[in-house]
Amino acid sequence: MANGPRTLYQKIWDDHVVERRDDGTCLIYIDRHLVHEVTSPQAFEGLRAAGRPVRRPELTLAVPDHNLPTTARTDAAGNLLPIADPESANQLAALRRNTAEFGVRYIEATDARQGIVHVIGPEQGFTLPGTTLVCGDSHTSAHGALGALAFGIGTSEVEHVLATQTLLLRQSKTMEVRVDGTLGHGVGPKDVILAIIGRIGAAGGTGHVIEYTGSVIREMSVEGRLTVSNMSIEGGARAGLIAPDETTFAYLKGRPMAPAGEAWDRAVAYWRSLPSDAGARYDAVVTLDATDIAPSLTWGTSPEDVVAITGAVPDPESFADPAKRAAARKSLDYMGLTPGTAMQDIPVEHVFIGSCTNSRIEDLRAAAAVVKGRHVADRIRQALIVPGSGLVKRQAEAEGLDRIFLEAGFEWREPGCSMCLAMNPDKVPAGERCASTSNRNFVGRQGPGARTHLLSPAMAAAAAVTGRLTDVRDLMA
Amino acid sequence: MEPVRKVEGRAYPWGAKNIDTDVIIPAHWLKTISREGLGKGAFESVRAEPGNLFDDPRYAGAPVLVAGENFGCGSSREHAAWALADLGIKAVIAPSFSDIFSGNAFKNGIVTVVLPQEAIDRLVEVAKTDEITVDLETMTVTTPFQDRFPFALDPFRRDCLMQGLDEIGLTLARDTAISKFETAATQSRPFVMEGGGNEGFAVAGSGRT
Ligand code: SF4
Repeated sequence: MANGPRTLYQKIWDDHVVERRDDGTCLIYIDRHLVHEVTSPQAFEGLRAAGRPVRRPELTLAVPDHNLPTTARTDAAGNLLPIADPESANQLAALRRNTAEFGVRYIEATDARQGIVHVIGPEQGFTLPGTTLVCGDSHTSAHGALGALAFGIGTSEVEHVLATQTLLLRQSKTMEVRVDGTLGHGVGPKDVILAIIGRIGAAGGTGHVIEYTGSVIREMSVEGRLTVSNMSIEGGARAGLIAPDETTFAYLKGRPMAPAGEAWDRAVAYWRSLPSDAGARYDAVVTLDATDIAPSLTWGTSPEDVVAITGAVPDPESFADPAKRAAARKSLDYMGLTPGTAMQDIPVEHVFIGSCTNSRIEDLRAAAAVVKGRHVADRIRQALIVPGSGLVKRQAEAEGLDRIFLEAGFEWREPGCSMCLAMNPDKVPAGERCASTSNRNFVGRQGPGARTHLLSPAMAAAAAVTGRLTDVRDLMA
Repeated sequence: MEPVRKVEGRAYPWGAKNIDTDVIIPAHWLKTISREGLGKGAFESVRAEPGNLFDDPRYAGAPVLVAGENFGCGSSREHAAWALADLGIKAVIAPSFSDIFSGNAFKNGIVTVVLPQEAIDRLVEVAKTDEITVDLETMTVTTPFQDRFPFALDPFRRDCLMQGLDEIGLTLARDTAISKFETAATQSRPFVMEGGGNEGFAVAGSGRT
């Protein structure tokens, strides 16, 4: 165990070492395991083949999200409608069957608590500060927003955790990303994380666990922090932690799976001991000034291809690195963009507000504030609002946000991953352009040939009402 | 798992950087509930282009892939490793890999070899005409032209690969240590170990037998 001042990451690590091996790897105990339908079937199959049980089903929670259509999913009697795609149906059925067989808690698609796995973890209070949390999904980094050491794993590791409740890991390096100052009007958490990735690059955090610090992060709500930590993986870091504080505790208090009563007090006392000690050292430090961050978006097919909305499509020839130059040429070709075009002159056909990055109530409120009293532009073929969970949907309806969106010409959908990845019926057609609040702009991510611009919910709403990429500040009186 | 000591044969001379998991295996292939048969979907968008590397008969069945930095970035889908394995790839050589991908590759018996960019440039040239050998015994990548590039590998991973060990079985053998940890954690952090309770859930089945 390290002496002297320790980082948040080091403290969580130290508290979860089951065994340290001579070669420096550690057997690390896993406190929380989230399971969804895409990356788990082969893991359960492996357990079955070896005759192994799930070691701690009570530390495991399963929910379907990736494959579920986001159109009405129940009939008038509340029964689940059949799923048209046979492979999706098969995968969803496998999750239901496997969780029943192995005694794992399962949230059914008809349950109001159903939603994107990274939305429901914090929402249910399953995600707790100071825990180790894994899921067979790279955006598990999101849960770091509550001060959990959370990271994505592959299916063999899912099987390993199910069977042993541990993982064999080597400690990562640490990177502090400090954002100080005050964010400008119309600039939010999504802009902050896009600016960070633009700065460090898509591989900048490889081998590192990030800790986000600074006044901007401290003043951010937990939902905003979830947006930031969510995209740590887009910067190459498996995990992105934020120290738990009063904001975190207030968010968690009273959540269904969070500790209550005496256990709550004990938990908070422990959580207060977790923030990095003064003088703790990081292997790398990156600082950003909030006043330099504008509403941001991507122009290419890597999340590091970030530009301010007031900027223009870059000229590939302007990049010093020949590989970057070649990649940019290819990106622009795929994106159908010409160097020098003002970002605000780029028309869009699709708008997607959703995904584990931006589908929580504050995201929907931010979008609704822009949409209110306006209408989706004529050229928009599809404008989707996909709440991150049934509970987010319910809350938004209680606040009347659904009316604002529906009256403006948006579609109001059921919770799920939706258009974030081309795995369920929600897709962007080839050659068409989407202003999307999701986290990946890879080639083909939203459908073969689909062109994605990543941006904030407010910016996506602005694009929907003008029909082109738009500086949301121009629509905010 | 099959033990891997040496991978030798033709290599795809690719060298492309930032190859993400959506390129290795697009999302619509993720609907399978089996590990087999994903080779058909491997590099689908690349293979849509005429004259591409993966459909070039010279490299058919090549067990080695030479790629650029940050190979396997993007999602955690192990399908990427299964797709490569199904394609017959047993070793990937690149200047760097995404952390998740290299873990997944290892668990499926695929060796991820990190070599500097100069070595990659050279191997891309050689691979166009000749075979490449990745040797875990000597920890070197060699070519028929006296090229010899030493590489490093986590000793545990190397052992597992060379002996074809089942990692879960190895960990289950540490049950006493895990149980001891659980007892201590239940004392110090009971609010974690309770797991949030089963309220509102119909839980059946036999997790712990
Ligand atoms: S919303 Fe997108 S990024 Fe998030 S879990 Fe679903 S598919 Fe993955």
